[in-house]
Amino acid sequence: MLDILIIGSGGAGLSSALSAKQHGATIKVVGKSYPTASQTSMAQGGINASLGNITPDSTTSHIEDTIKSAHGICNKKMVEWMCEDAPMTIEWLNNLGVPFDRTKDKKIAQRELGGASSRRACYAQDYTGLKILHTLYDNALKENIEMIEEHLLLNLIVEESVVKGATFWDIRGGKVISIEAKITILATGGYGSIYKNFTTNSDGATGDGVASVLRAGGTISNMEFIQFHPTALKSSSILISESARGEGGYLVNSRGERFVDELLPRDIVARSISSQIDKGEDIFLDVRHLGEERLLKLMPQEVHLCKLHENIDPAKELIPIKPVAHYTMGGVDVNTKLEVTGLKNCYAVGECSNARIHGANRLGGNSLLEIVSLGRLAGENATKSLKNEFSYPSNSQIEKDREYIDGLFEEYPWELNFYDIQNELGEKFYNYVGIVRDNNQLNNILNELRVIKASVDDMGIGDKSRENNTNLVEFVEFVNMLEIGEVVIDSAIVRDESRGAHFKKAFPKEEDRFFKAHSLYWLEDGALLSKFEKVVE
Amino acid sequence: MQIDIKRTNETINYNIPFKSTTLLQALYHIKSHIDNTLTFSSNCRSGICGTCAVRVNGKEVLACATMIKDNDLVEPLRYHEIERDLKVNKEKVRDTLKQSMAWLHQAQKSEIESKDVALTEKQSDCILCDSCYSACPVLEVNPNFIGPFALTRVYRYTADPREADIKTSIDTIQQNGVWDCTLCGECTTVCPQGIDPKMDITMLRGTSTQFGYSDPNFQAMDFGFGGF
Repeated sequence: MLDILIIGSGGAGLSSALSAKQHGATIKVVGKSYPTASQTSMAQGGINASLGNITPDSTTSHIEDTIKSAHGICNKKMVEWMCEDAPMTIEWLNNLGVPFDRTKDKKIAQRELGGASSRRACYAQDYTGLKILHTLYDNALKENIEMIEEHLLLNLIVEESVVKGATFWDIRGGKVISIEAKITILATGGYGSIYKNFTTNSDGATGDGVASVLRAGGTISNMEFIQFHPTALKSSSILISESARGEGGYLVNSRGERFVDELLPRDIVARSISSQIDKGEDIFLDVRHLGEERLLKLMPQEVHLCKLHENIDPAKELIPIKPVAHYTMGGVDVNTKLEVTGLKNCYAVGECSNARIHGANRLGGNSLLEIVSLGRLAGENATKSLKNEFSYPSNSQIEKDREYIDGLFEEYPWELNFYDIQNELGEKFYNYVGIVRDNNQLNNILNELRVIKASVDDMGIGDKSRENNTNLVEFVEFVNMLEIGEVVIDSAIVRDESRGAHFKKAFPKEEDRFFKAHSLYWLEDGALLSKFEKVVE
Repeated sequence: MQIDIKRTNETINYNIPFKSTTLLQALYHIKSHIDNTLTFSSNCRSGICGTCAVRVNGKEVLACATMIKDNDLVEPLRYHEIERDLKVNKEKVRDTLKQSMAWLHQAQKSEIESKDVALTEKQSDCILCDSCYSACPVLEVNPNFIGPFALTRVYRYTADPREADIKTSIDTIQQNGVWDCTLCGECTTVCPQGIDPKMDITMLRGTSTQFGYSDPNFQAMDFGFGGF
């Protein structure tokens, strides 16, 4: 039997794989696309480690900044572990060949990102995620790690709460398959695509792993916390990295006035922009004073994206921006070993998980750190647990999934176009489950979402070919988003306070007495149950 | 606006109700409102994940980074197995990375300066979109040619001060590698990241010479004097 099945082939999945392989496990990495197509490639700004190469820094400061940004909703031990491991993570990546930028005295260069008390983010121009991801991929090839592409996760195979592998839709072959394994690691990414057309995320960020855990009886947590990035291009929601502000860019309104300290944490800057927009202002990022040469050196990718999507030259013109959904702090609930709450032999890591580090608001530069640092930890911990006893599962999950997929081909009528519904829902999530929230609006959209869920049987797929059916893939992803979208809204309704990225006008303060707690959700006999779990001080 | 899309069995003309849009937006529009069966690959929308490369009027582009024009013809990449419509199988082409062993063979502790990073900054911008592979005319005659992006990646690691074993890389790219390239520069023309594989291959030829290799094409040109 396969030792470890890793689902998801981005930075977290590949880091887990390299670590598990190094510890002697047999592994397979399965992804719905190609490894280098993952969300990790989009991370621009940097990866945090308190190296102090430019300005004085310490692990303590990194820990303090992270906890402050999380607004207290984190597990201090996890934060400490990650921040202490950060310099080792950079060393590991450096040894693998990641081409980090260097200082004049040959140290790894570091830049300032919002909410950081020092210049802490190691970077490779504005391609940090891309270069880390591709270097991990090259090393996965070097280590002969088996990577299975174009397989969409359907369900975890679970018997008496023990995960024994997963079922997949083989996109090329057009069939349901199962892969059994002693241990399963989920590294499937976030759920930002719920905010379709109003997110910096790739279209694949559809929370497949989170939904699979919910269906399998595991627990998901803190789903209401979604970070809005202050600066996405206005017309296309394409990300302009925080490094643009870190390097000295200004935010200005229609009158050319600055209205916020640009380097405050993302939630504060996003809310400040949102309130300006409510007053009828257009908002711009101004990097003209940095000069063309410096812009091309520091953020070549951004310059290119501005020209393409907004038809403007940032060296000469203002960049029109708006805040959009960027990162999902919530996800599969895990303990300090990264084991999924409520399930056995299953780990989760990266954006799909809630390792209780980012809390109510993630610090820039901590997501790349999490996927590599905790990715390696997941691989190591999973390998350690291989000494337990394991047994093969029955065929019941694969049979169920075959029946469901066959139904999509044979029964679903395609009377409602789910693409239209997805677009409408994305906009509603942006407006009503967005930067500023209101219980009436949240309740309305929850009702609407439940109506949509009830009418899924009238949707389905128009494309009835089995092989290479992307219509089917997108429909399965859409259903995943409906399932977890319900939890996102419900958890936002219940949290009657404002904390980090979750802000309610009617409840503008943090209410520690009730809500300094993680919100947990799980399914029991088909019913969605929830509770708050107080943060352990 | 009218565009033609070469699909698995036929080329179909579509009417797109936009005056100005990226090709990817147009493809999404067709899939969600005209024909759900149109099949293509995409992910990030920002030109960074390398998924959506296709050919427009015979030239490789990223669908997300290309504004379409009236009467454009959209086709899948060449030298890839076409799975369906514009969606191709990249698995076999990815194998060229493994074949060329594009990684650090023997990492050594080394001081790295800004100028060292600058030397391969562009090369490490590669997003593996496969545009250069599709544009390469050598692959038409030699399907075993490693191809431009793999060679650029080999160069990226050989030029890295952390690599203690350049020879293994150089040995690996002699067969179906650096000498098979015609230096036509088509790869350089189509790269969405501004990478110049032709120059990287030239650099690798130089390093190959330092390790005692020579151009087998010259050796083959025997004019009765026993070759060069």
